[in-house]
Amino acid sequence: MVIVSKKVPVREQDPKVRATNFDEVCLGYSKEEAMQEAERCLNCKNPKCVSGCPVSIDIPGFIQEVKNGNIEQASKIIGEASALPAVCGRVCPQESQCEGKCIVGIKNEPVSIGKLERFVADWARENNIKPERPAKTNGHKVAVIGSGPSGLTCAGDLAKMGYEVTIFEALHEPGGVLVYGIPEFRLPKAGVVAPEIDNVKALGVEIETDVVIGKSITIDELLEEEGFEAVFIGSGAGLPMFMGIPGENANGVFSANEYLTRNNLMKAFDSKYATPIITGKKVAVVGGGNVAMDAARTALRLGAEVHVVYRRSESELPARVEEVHHAKEEGVIFDLLTNPVEILVDDNGWVKGMKCIRMELGEPDESGRRRPVEIAGSEFELELDTVIMSLGTSPNPLISSTTKGLDVNKRKCIIADETLGKTSKEGVYAGGDAVTGAATVILAMGAGRAGAKGIHEFLSSK
Amino acid sequence: MFEIVNARELTNNIYLMDVKAPRVAKSCEPGQFVIVIMDETGERVPLTICDYDRKAGTVTIVFQTIGASTQMMAKLKKGDSFKDFVGPLGCASELIEEDIESLKNKKILFVAGGVGTAPVYPQVKWLKEHGIDADVIVGAKTKDMLILEDEMRKAAGNLYITTDDGSYERKGMVTEVIKDLVQNQGIKYDCCIAIGPMIMMKFVCLLTKELDLPTIVSLNPIMVDGTGMCGACRVTVGDEVKFACVDGPEFDGHLVNFDEAMKRQQMYKSEEGREILKLQEGDTHHGGCGHCGGEK
Ligand SMILES: Cc1cc2nc3c(=O)[nH]c(=O)nc-3n(C[C@H](O)[C@H](O)[C@H](O)COP(=O)(O)OP(=O)(O)OC[C@H]3O[C@@H](n4cnc5c(N)ncnc54)[C@H](O)[C@@H]3O)c2cc1C
Ligand SMILES: Cc1cc2nc3c(=O)[nH]c(=O)nc-3n(C[C@H](O)[C@H](O)[C@H](O)COP(=O)(O)OP(=O)(O)OC[C@H]3O[C@@H](n4cnc5c(N)ncnc54)[C@H](O)[C@@H]3O)c2cc1C
Ligand code: SF4
Ligand code: SF4
Ligand code: FES
Repeated sequence: MVIVSKKVPVREQDPKVRATNFDEVCLGYSKEEAMQEAERCLNCKNPKCVSGCPVSIDIPGFIQEVKNGNIEQASKIIGEASALPAVCGRVCPQESQCEGKCIVGIKNEPVSIGKLERFVADWARENNIKPERPAKTNGHKVAVIGSGPSGLTCAGDLAKMGYEVTIFEALHEPGGVLVYGIPEFRLPKAGVVAPEIDNVKALGVEIETDVVIGKSITIDELLEEEGFEAVFIGSGAGLPMFMGIPGENANGVFSANEYLTRNNLMKAFDSKYATPIITGKKVAVVGGGNVAMDAARTALRLGAEVHVVYRRSESELPARVEEVHHAKEEGVIFDLLTNPVEILVDDNGWVKGMKCIRMELGEPDESGRRRPVEIAGSEFELELDTVIMSLGTSPNPLISSTTKGLDVNKRKCIIADETLGKTSKEGVYAGGDAVTGAATVILAMGAGRAGAKGIHEFLSSK
Repeated sequence: MFEIVNARELTNNIYLMDVKAPRVAKSCEPGQFVIVIMDETGERVPLTICDYDRKAGTVTIVFQTIGASTQMMAKLKKGDSFKDFVGPLGCASELIEEDIESLKNKKILFVAGGVGTAPVYPQVKWLKEHGIDADVIVGAKTKDMLILEDEMRKAAGNLYITTDDGSYERKGMVTEVIKDLVQNQGIKYDCCIAIGPMIMMKFVCLLTKELDLPTIVSLNPIMVDGTGMCGACRVTVGDEVKFACVDGPEFDGHLVNFDEAMKRQQMYKSEEGREILKLQEGDTHHGGCGHCGGEK
C-alpha cells in the first residue's frame, strides 16, 4: 500500500480575515476528508501512537471505524478513554504526543490523529450522541474541587461508576482554563466547551459555581459536615508570575491571565458585555508558551500591533508548533533572543515603552536547553502602550493553606501519587495542574481519571 | 441565583441590600468581601460585606452608584436576584484574629469616609458584641450623604461625624477630627482603621504616620476574579507586590504606595465612561465609542 505522504489538509479561515474576528481558526474535516485521512493509518499491531496519548485512546480502533464511515462507533471508542475529545482534538500538543509517535510520521507526515478525533467528537455532538446516565447511584457522595479538565474527568468517571458527585467551582462558569484561558478562536465556548460540560452533567454530576473552597467552605467541612466521603482537588495552577522588573505595576501592564480572563470568561470583545479591556495600539507579550500565543493573538484581534518578546530562540519556544505558525500567519511579530529589563512609564502612570536587552544562547542548562545570556551593552527601547506578562503560573495556596494535613512541595504543588492521585490526607485525592504545575489538558484529564480510580478503590475498601 | 430579600436606598445614590447567600453568611467574617454579578453580561463587582445574619443566611451589601454596573444594580428590587454572589473573599480583619483580652486593653479608632462607613460598621459592631467600645469618625461630603448613622451610634463608643460642607455636626475633613482628638484632646489611640476613598486613606496615613499611630487600611483596587488568579488587584506594600484579593484587602497603611494604587484604580475610567453614556442614552446612543459599531 502506498501512503499518501501528506496529511489531508484541513480548512482554515484565511489569516487576514481571522486576524479580525474571534471565530474558530480551524474549520475541521468534513466526513469525506476524515475518511480519506483515516486511510493513511496502518492499523498497527503495536500502535506507538497509543503510548503517546496520556489517556491511551484506542487510536487505531477509532480510526478504523472512521475509515468505514461508522462515526458513532468511533465516538464510543474514544468515549471509553476521554471525556473531552472535542477539546483534546483541538488543543493537545499532538506533535509531541500521539502524532509524535505515529509510525507513518517517520518517513511522512504522521496521521492527523488530533483532527480525526476532533471530527468524530464534533460529529457526535452535532448528531446528539450523549453518554448514558447510570441507572442508579450507589449512594456515596464525592466532592470535586474545580471544573477544569481534571475535575470534569474525575467527576465524569466517578458518576459512571455510580457515585453522587458535586463539583465546586470558584468562578461563575465551569470549565477552568478551557473557559477563562484558551480563547474562543481556538476553542469555541458555546459550541464546543459547553456541550462537553453538559455531557458530564448528563451523567448526573452536579456543578455548584461561586463556591471558593478554603473560603466559602473548607475541605474538612465538606468531609465532616456535608457528608462527602472523598474529595478530589483539581484546582489548577492559576497564580500568575511577574518578572519583578521596575515599572511592572504601571497602568497597561497585565498578566496574561487577566487579559485572557477579561476576554474569554468576561467576553470583553463582545460589546454586549460590560467588561472593559485596554486594547492597546502596540502590545508586547513577554513569554513564549501557549498562553503567550493566546494573549498575542487576542491582542491582535482587538486591533493591536503585537510583539512576542522571548528570551530564547525560535526552536525553544514552548508553544505548540501550530500556534506559533498561526500567530505568524496572522501577523504577530516575534522579537526573539530579547529580554525585558524595565517597563518605561509616563507621568500619568501608563506604559510608554519597554527597555530590553539582546540575548545569545550559551551552554545548555539543567533542562538541556541552551541558556540565554545577555549581550552586554545591547539595550534598546521598544515603544509600547501595553505589556502582557506571560511567564507561567503556580498553584493557588487557598486550598493547601486551609486543609489540615495536606502536604505541598516547595513549589506549592499538592503532593499526590501519580497512579491513584492519593495525597497525604486520607480520603483526599488530587491531580492536574494543582499537582504538576502548569501542564496540558490531556495530562490533567489523565490525572482526573487516576483520581477517580483512587477514590473508587478507597471507598470500595471502606 | 441569589435572592435580594431586602433593598433600600440609604441616601442619594447609596443602596443597601440583604442577599440570600447561605454559604457566604455561614463562613464570612468582618473585613471580607464578595463579588456580585448582575446578569449574563454583567461585570464581577467586588463589594465589602457590611453585615451578615448566619441564621437567616443573608449577607448585607452597601454600594454607591459609580459607573454602569453599579447603576444597573441600583435598579434591582426586593425579590430580584443576583446571578452570582461569591465569597467570602479576602482575609478577615486582623482585629478579629487578635486575642479578645488584649484587644480590650487597646484604644481603637475607626475612620470611615463616605460609603466606607459600610465596611467599618461590621467591625465596630463585632467589637461591641465582644464588649469593646471603639471610637469612630465618620466623614461625609454633606449631610445627605451620611449613611448608617443610627446603626453606628448603637455600635460605637464615641461617634464623631464631620461633613465637608459643615451641613451636619462638625465641618471639615476626617483628618482634622483625628488631629483634634489626638493633639488637642490628648487621646492616646493604639491603632487606627481607616476605610474610605483611596485619597482619604492616603491623607489619614500621612497624618497618622506623623502621629506615630499604627493604621490599617482596606484597599479597593480593580479586581476581576478575586481569588488570586489574575493579578489585576496588585498593590505595592513596603517593597513587596501584594494581591489585594488574597493578601488583603486590609494592609498596613503606612506601607501602602497610595499614589500607584490611585493611578491603577483609574485604569478603566475612560472606557467605563463610554459605558455610562451608552446606559444613559439608551437606544439613542449613536456610537463614537468604537465598540458598538454605531459609527460605521
Ligand atoms: C491560555 C492557556 C492556554 C493553554 N493552551 C493549552 C493547549 O493548547 N493545550 C494544552 O494541552 N494545554 C493548554 N493549556 C494548559 C491547560 O489548559 C491546563 O494544563 C489544564 O487546563 C489544567 O487543568 P486542571 O483541571 O488541572 O486545572 P484548570 O483548568 O486550571 O481548572 C481549575 C479550576 O479550579 C477552580 N478553582 C481553583 N481554586 C478553587 C477553589 N479554591 N475552589 C473552587 N474552585 C477552584 C478554578 O477556578 C478552575 O476553574 C493552556 C493554559 C492556558 C492558561
Ligand atoms: C475589595 C473591594 C471592596 C469594595 N467594597 C465596596 C463597597 O462596600 N461599596 C461600594 O460602593 N463599593 C465598593 N467597592 C468598589 C466597587 O467595587 C466599585 O465601585 C465598582 O466596581 C464600580 O463599578 P462600576 O462599573 O459601577 O463603576 P466604574 O467606575 O464605571 O467602573 C469601571 C471599572 O473600574 C473598576 N472600578 C471602578 N471603581 C472601582 C473601585 N473603587 N474599586 C474597585 N474597582 C473599581 C470596576 O471593576 C470597573 O471595571 C469595593 C471594591 C473592592 C475591590
Ligand atoms: S487525547 Fe490528545 S494525545 Fe490522545 S489521541 Fe487525542 S489528541 Fe492525541
Ligand atoms: S502509529 Fe500511526 S499508523 Fe500506526 S496505528 Fe497509530 S496512527 Fe495508525
Ligand atoms: S482580583 Fe484577580 S488576583 Fe486579585
